[in-house]
Amino acid sequence: MTARIGVVTFPGSLDDRDTRRAIRIAGAEPVALWHKDKDLKQVDAVVLCGGFSYGDYLRAGAIARFSPVMEPLIEQAKAGLPVLGICNGFQILTEAHLLPGGMLGNDHLHFICRDQKLRVENAETAWTGDYRQGQEISIPLKNMDGRYVADARTVDALEAEGRVVFRYLDVNPNGSLNDIAGITNEAGNVVGLMPHPEHAVEPLIGTGRTDGLPFFTSILKKLVNA
Amino acid sequence: MSRTPLDTVEHAAATPDVELPWAELGLKKDEYERVVEILGRRPTGAELAMYSVMWSEHCSYKSSKVHLRQFGEKAPESDALLVGIGENAGVVDVGQGYAVTFKVESHNHPSYVEPYQGAATGVGGIVRDIIAMGARPVAVVDPLRFGAADHPDTKRVLPGVVAGIGGYGNCLGLPNIGGEVVFDACYQGNPLVNAGAIGVMRHEDIHLAKASGAGNKVILYGARTGGDGIGGASILASETFDDAKPSKRPAVQVGDPFQEKLLIECTLEAFAEKLVVGIQDLGAAGLSCATSELASNGSGGMRVTLDDVPLRDSTLSPEEILMSESQERMCAVVEPAKVDRFLEICEKWDVIATVIGEVTDGDRLEIFWHGGKIVDVDPRTVAHDGPVYERPYARPDWQDALQADDANKLPRPASAAELKAQVLKLVGSPNQASKKWITSQYDHFVQGNTVLAQPEDSGMIRVDEESGLGVAIATDGNGRYAKLDPYTGAQLALAEAYRNVATTGAKPLAVSDCLNFGSPEDPAVMWQFAEAVRGLADGCLQLGTPVTGGNVSLYNQTGEAAIHPTPVVAVLGVIDDVARRTPVAFQEEGQLLYLLGDTREEFGGSAWSQVVHDHLGGLPPAVDLERERLLAEILISASRDGMIDSAHDLSDGGLVQAVVESALLGGKGARLVVPDGLDAFTFLFSESAGRAVVAVPRSEELRFTDMCGARGLPATRVGVVDGAAVEVQGEFALTLDELRETHENTIPALLA
Repeated sequence: MTARIGVVTFPGSLDDRDTRRAIRIAGAEPVALWHKDKDLKQVDAVVLCGGFSYGDYLRAGAIARFSPVMEPLIEQAKAGLPVLGICNGFQILTEAHLLPGGMLGNDHLHFICRDQKLRVENAETAWTGDYRQGQEISIPLKNMDGRYVADARTVDALEAEGRVVFRYLDVNPNGSLNDIAGITNEAGNVVGLMPHPEHAVEPLIGTGRTDGLPFFTSILKKLVNA
Repeated sequence: MSRTPLDTVEHAAATPDVELPWAELGLKKDEYERVVEILGRRPTGAELAMYSVMWSEHCSYKSSKVHLRQFGEKAPESDALLVGIGENAGVVDVGQGYAVTFKVESHNHPSYVEPYQGAATGVGGIVRDIIAMGARPVAVVDPLRFGAADHPDTKRVLPGVVAGIGGYGNCLGLPNIGGEVVFDACYQGNPLVNAGAIGVMRHEDIHLAKASGAGNKVILYGARTGGDGIGGASILASETFDDAKPSKRPAVQVGDPFQEKLLIECTLEAFAEKLVVGIQDLGAAGLSCATSELASNGSGGMRVTLDDVPLRDSTLSPEEILMSESQERMCAVVEPAKVDRFLEICEKWDVIATVIGEVTDGDRLEIFWHGGKIVDVDPRTVAHDGPVYERPYARPDWQDALQADDANKLPRPASAAELKAQVLKLVGSPNQASKKWITSQYDHFVQGNTVLAQPEDSGMIRVDEESGLGVAIATDGNGRYAKLDPYTGAQLALAEAYRNVATTGAKPLAVSDCLNFGSPEDPAVMWQFAEAVRGLADGCLQLGTPVTGGNVSLYNQTGEAAIHPTPVVAVLGVIDDVARRTPVAFQEEGQLLYLLGDTREEFGGSAWSQVVHDHLGGLPPAVDLERERLLAEILISASRDGMIDSAHDLSDGGLVQAVVESALLGGKGARLVVPDGLDAFTFLFSESAGRAVVAVPRSEELRFTDMCGARGLPATRVGVVDGAAVEVQGEFALTLDELRETHENTIPALLA
């Protein structure tokens, strides 16, 4: 018994094939979803992957958020469907108000691609169960608009409720508030982060580490044991 | 208000005396007269536009063609070559049914005028060449050359170029895995922005640029045609910059990587459904190039209705439409029965696609506008029968004096302290310093197949997830060596790229080149070009790696000052299993360092002579291609059989630069011992070719040295991976922290 995990392709999505591969390596079944789809093909969870949807010439994720596929996705996410947003996916989730806050351009104004160290601050979400609380991991980060911002009340609430899921260690690569790299919603089913776990699932490839694989094994376990 | 009558073929025939602005469009008088002779009448304005762009230096290779023929004439026998020179890009068989296409091109002039867009559209153009062969692009590389690192204009050009490459390539989802960044005052007004790309396909998916089958439809798809880049090919790429002329900014195109990403996906989907008979991308010379090349490579003629071209600017004249270099456009030839499906796929991806014409059974290219025929030409005369120049060339009279100014006679460090100071100065010099500030602006990880990326010796991409089959690419060039001796300099560039591929464990298969030179109208430059081409062709023959295609960029010259002759060579290699790749970084303390090859007193054109003495003179290092081949075989065998854990090629900066890089990347130091017969200075700084330094696990030492001995490759034990410093016994030690700070701070301090 396995789980079916959807990966949405928007025009300009870049990591859709990589994300499907990561899901496959974790042992789940990847399902390709198209931005014009009006239903989610009965998947058990959805990943919104990285890229530059619609070129991101407007605010990152601002157009993708209005794609037809987002309607059922928003509705079902609110009802508990596990959703992971990676990079552009995270940006889309904030634009869709499934997660609070938003992303601005990196404070140094450059695209940044690096092997980024993170601390797992919440190992209890749908997507982080296979990590240990406080575990330090390294996965690739690559973005132009990765500076997480939110008003003070929101940030305080995120901190107080343990909803900061990942925090940048050693270097804050983009000027994010409180070194926030990833967050979750109140229910813990929706998680968004800027770094790319799907690029750290195989030895030899990329950084050569597999620190991102637990994202995909976490959700698989949760779904199969549900 | 009177209207100028449309300049149709009929009108042209009836008005032979009308003066056309052929000189403004970049044609020489005799070239224009040749056009008149071909047509038997004066050309129409539209025809003139087509001939002028297609006969420009950039598109016709009119000055270089007579020399480039050697790449075909001297081509080595190779089972690997599936498609050779002349198509959009060469195609190489890498085994298991896979084919790889790759090419390097220049976007030098536009990048100086408008760094961001110039560099961005350079990436866009090379990637469309790859798609046009039927392949999915899998990686890009960017060999870059700028003026002095501390010159104020470098701070204008470099950040723009880097942001443009990143902005475009990152948005396309192509990992940037290699290239170079070189600074030299000779590139001050003429930066070299070369761009390379690799694509992967199955053998049966190879597509060619030809229009055949009368009745087949010609479909233009992608971006709308606008006024950008008009005359870019003829004016920008084929004339020397002159300070007195007005700004050429409007001739540079503007890129839209999002549109290109859609173009990639919809083209690949159309290929997968076997909908495409022939395909051509629109780059330099736009529709003029695409229609004339498709028609002349096919079996029939072509009829095009220019009114059907979707425009961004409705005021464009037909001449401008034909010359426009608007980016992100492609032209496909599709059987009538498959047109609907092709258009459907384009619509799925929100790509505008329009049938603009069809293949005819004649042999003419005919183009219509508002019902009138404005072009009626034999397409071959436009695409292939451009002028060919036997430009005069002569060895410059200063060459002897330059070579006599022997770098081996420069003062050498007199004490251990001075040697140490020079090592530190070298590894912190702009050319030898870490380029992380630049390469971290490129995505290395996207597509999830990157095995190695810069600063590794070659970039490596996994092609097949099951078998681990992979390809490697390295690009190299050294203008300083080529200035001292263009023949040897070109071979050294080839040798270095070849060696870099082998150092990572891959077998070199084929070559692409980007030949960057000054003005062909200068006999000295033309001699450099002729010598470099001869050297490269001879070298490729000897190494058994055919040239599959490439690009020539001339007129990299401001006033009298030409750039150093800069042949940039890309070598593509294959590795059966990427798990066997060899990285640069030291892996484990205690492993033994072996220096492979012979070290001689060779300092001409060296990094040391530049950094310490600001000197360029003497002869470049000697080339021995048989030795390069043997070294490559040893490196590949050692990688395959697990005899080495890290390896680094020795090139500019010599052994000490290589060891410092391996140490910093691995976070492990090295203790070096100067071998018998060498002095410490020569050991550390010599740039003798055909060398590499490898780290051998102690358990493999005997097997490795036996292999080198049996095959006659000198292998000298020069140290051990150890500690947190690079130490040369009896001379000096530099801690990794000290080295890292020097090596990594230079570029951000100059450019950030």
